[in-house]
Amino acid sequence: MSDTHAQTVAFVRDTQLPPSPPPASEVGLVGWLRSNLFNGVWGTVLTLLSLYAIYAILAASLPWIFNGVWTTSSLAECREVLDGVRGGCFSVLTERVNQLLYGFKYPAAEYWRPNLALVLLLVAALPVLIYTLPRKLLIITALYPFVAFWLIWGGTILTPILGLAGFVAGYFVFQKLSTSSFGAGFFGAVISAILVWTIGGWLIPDNANANALLPYVPSRDLGGFMLNMMLGVTCVSLSIPLGIVLALGRQSDMPIIKWICVVFIEFVRGVPLITLLFVASVMLAYFFPPDSNVDLFLRVVIMITMFSAAYIAEVIRGGLAALPRGQYEAADSLGLDYPQAMRLIILPQALKISIPGIVNVAVGLFKDTTLVSVISMFDLVGMIRGPILSAQEWNGVYWELLGFASLLFFVVCYGISQYSQWLERQLATDHR
Amino acid sequence: MKKTVIFGALTAAGLAAGAAAAGTLDDVKARGTLNCGVATGLVGFATPDANGEWQGFDVAVCRAVAAAVLGDATAVEFVPTTGKTRFTALASGEIDMLARNTTWTFSRDVDLKFTFVGVNYYDGQGFMVPKDLGVSSAKELDGATVCIQTGTTTELNLADFFRVNGISYEPVPIETNAEAQQQYLAGACDVYTTDASGLAATRAAFEAPNDHVLLPEIISKEPLGPLVRHGDNEWGDVVRWTLNALISAEELGITSANISEMSAGTNNPEINRILGTEGTLGEMLGLDADWAAKAITAGGNYGEIFEKNIGESTPIGLARGLNAQWTEGGLLYSPPFR
Repeated sequence: MSDTHAQTVAFVRDTQLPPSPPPASEVGLVGWLRSNLFNGVWGTVLTLLSLYAIYAILAASLPWIFNGVWTTSSLAECREVLDGVRGGCFSVLTERVNQLLYGFKYPAAEYWRPNLALVLLLVAALPVLIYTLPRKLLIITALYPFVAFWLIWGGTILTPILGLAGFVAGYFVFQKLSTSSFGAGFFGAVISAILVWTIGGWLIPDNANANALLPYVPSRDLGGFMLNMMLGVTCVSLSIPLGIVLALGRQSDMPIIKWICVVFIEFVRGVPLITLLFVASVMLAYFFPPDSNVDLFLRVVIMITMFSAAYIAEVIRGGLAALPRGQYEAADSLGLDYPQAMRLIILPQALKISIPGIVNVAVGLFKDTTLVSVISMFDLVGMIRGPILSAQEWNGVYWELLGFASLLFFVVCYGISQYSQWLERQLATDHR
Repeated sequence: MKKTVIFGALTAAGLAAGAAAAGTLDDVKARGTLNCGVATGLVGFATPDANGEWQGFDVAVCRAVAAAVLGDATAVEFVPTTGKTRFTALASGEIDMLARNTTWTFSRDVDLKFTFVGVNYYDGQGFMVPKDLGVSSAKELDGATVCIQTGTTTELNLADFFRVNGISYEPVPIETNAEAQQQYLAGACDVYTTDASGLAATRAAFEAPNDHVLLPEIISKEPLGPLVRHGDNEWGDVVRWTLNALISAEELGITSANISEMSAGTNNPEINRILGTEGTLGEMLGLDADWAAKAITAGGNYGEIFEKNIGESTPIGLARGLNAQWTEGGLLYSPPFR
C-alpha cells in the first residue's frame, strides 16, 4: 500500500501557501466603512441619517460663525453690515469681553492681578494634582490662598499675613499637643489660631487699606467668569476635606458626632442650593446690624461649601462602604490607631474608588456657581442676563453670548474630567 | 441656653431695625454715599454701560437724590437687586432707597411697610402683535395664543381683560422677557403682552421692528416709583421732593442748560424757591439751600432725563403719553413748592 501511495501521489507540498490578502471589501477604508458604518440595512440608514444631521448642524452654524461681525458697536450696526446675510454679531464679545471675564466694576488697570492669580493657581495646584512631584512643593500650595487673596482683593498685605500667621500658630500648637492626644491638639490649634486673629485684628489700623500697594477692591466689584472660577475653586477645595470629615463622622461609633453629621448631611442634601443662596443673601442680613455686614462673597462661599460637602461626604461614604471589611481588620491587626489606619490604609483606597463621584460633584458644583446670578451677583451668566442684554446696543444678542459662556464652562469642565481619567489610570493597581 | 441665643438675635435684629429707622438722612450724610437699589439690568431704566457706569431712567433718580443730599451725583453705591431680593434689601437697611421700576400697589405700601414717594413712570400692560396678523385692537384677539410671563400681575390682568370682553385666548406660559422674545419671534404665540415700556424696548431690539405693532389698549395701571422704608418720614420727604423738583423743573422750564443763569435769580418766585434763592425750603428738609439746583444739574429735569434714556430719540422710543406734564395732557403733577 505504501508503494502505491508513493507512486500515485505525484506532488507533496512541504510549505504552506502564503495567506492571500483579505478581500478588498474587508480591509482598509472600505472594510472599516462596511463594518462600522454600513453594516446591514439599519446600520446604513442610521449612518445616512446621522450624516444628514451633522450636515444640517454644520450648514447652519458654520456660515453663521464665518460671516460673523466682530467690530461694530451695536446690534443695529451688525445688522446693517450683515445686510440680511446670516451671521453672528460677535462684536458684543469684542466690546464686552472684559466685562464677561472680570465683571463691570473691577478696575481695568488691575486686570493683571486676577490673571496672575490664575497662573499661580495652576502652579500651586500642580503638587496636589500630580502626586509624583516632590512633597515639599506643597508649601507653595499652602501659601497660595493668601497670595491669591492679596492679589484679587488687594488692600493691606497685613490681612493675608495675619490669616497665615493664625494657621501657622495653629499648626505648631497641633504638632506640640497632638503627640499626647488628637483632641487636645485639635482644640489647642483652633484656640491659638483664633487668638492670633483676634489680637492681630486689633493691631491692624482701620485705614490700612487706604494707601496699600495694591488698591483695595471690594467683593461686590468682583464679577464675570472670574467670580465663577473663584467660587468654584474655593468651594471645591474647601468641601473635599469637609466632606471627608463628615463621611468619617457619619461612620463614627460616637453617637453625638454621628448624629450631628447625619443631620447636617441629610438636611443640606434635602434643601435646594438656591434656597441656601437666598438665605445667604437675604435672610442673614436681618440678623446682623447694618454696619457689621459679613461679606456677601464669604456668605455665598460658606453656603456652597456646605452644600457640596454634604454631597461629597456621601460619595466618600460610598467609597468607604466599598472597601472589604478585611482592610479595616488588617489595619487593626497592625496595631495602627484610628488616625493612622485612616490615613495610611482606608482613605487612600476609599478616595481612589470615589474619584469619579467626587469629580462629578465638582463639575456640577462649578456649573452651579452660575446660580449666584439669581441673588444679584454678576457672575458670567449674571453679566449676560443683566448688564449686557439690558444695554440698548446689545439687547437681543443671545446665541453669541450664551455660546461664549458655554465654551468657557466646557473648557474647564472637560479639563477636570480629563484630569480625573488620567488620575484613575495612574492609580489603577488592580488587574483587569 | 438656646432661648438666650434666640432672644439675643431678636434683640440685635430689633436694634438694627431701630438704628436703621432712626435717621437715614444722617446715615447717608455720615457715610458720604447713597446706597440705591436698582435693577440688575433693564433696558433704558438701569444698566451699566461698556465702562461700568450705571445709566438709565431709574438710575437718574438715584443720582438726583445723591446730588441733593451730598452735592455729588456720583456719590452713589448702586446695589443691583432682582425682583426677588429687592424688598428684603430695602427692609433690612442694605439700601437707603429703591428705584427699580416697582409698581405702587396697596399691599406693597401697607403690608410690606414701604412708602412710595411718588411716581416717576406711569406704565401699563399692552399688547404687541405682528403687523401681518391684521389686528388693530385687542378686542379682535379672539382665540389668539398669548405669550405671558407666569406668576406676574400681567397674567391676572390678561385673564380679567379677556373675561370682561367675553373672548377666549390660549396662554403660552414663559419665564423671562428674553424667552418671550424668542418664542414670539419663532411664532409660538400670536401676541406678546407685558408692560408697555418693556414691549417697546423688546420691539426696538427686533431685526425688523416695523413688522410689529403695539395695540392701543392699555389694560392695567402700573405706576412705577421710588420707595423707602416706612417710618422715616424725613428721609421719605427728601426723596419725594427731589423727584418733585425734577418734575416741577420741567414744568417751569428749568433745564440743565439754563439753570446756572436762573440760579442768579428770576422774576418767578416759585423758581426762586426751588433753586434756593428765596425762602428756606432746603433748610426745612435738612439740606443746603441749593439742594434742588444740584439735583437738577445732575441729569437735567424730568423731561431731559426721559428724552436721554427712554424718549423718542433713543432706540426704545417711548412717547411721553401719560408721562407728560399735566399742562400737556399727562399725569405728571407736582405739588407746589411753597
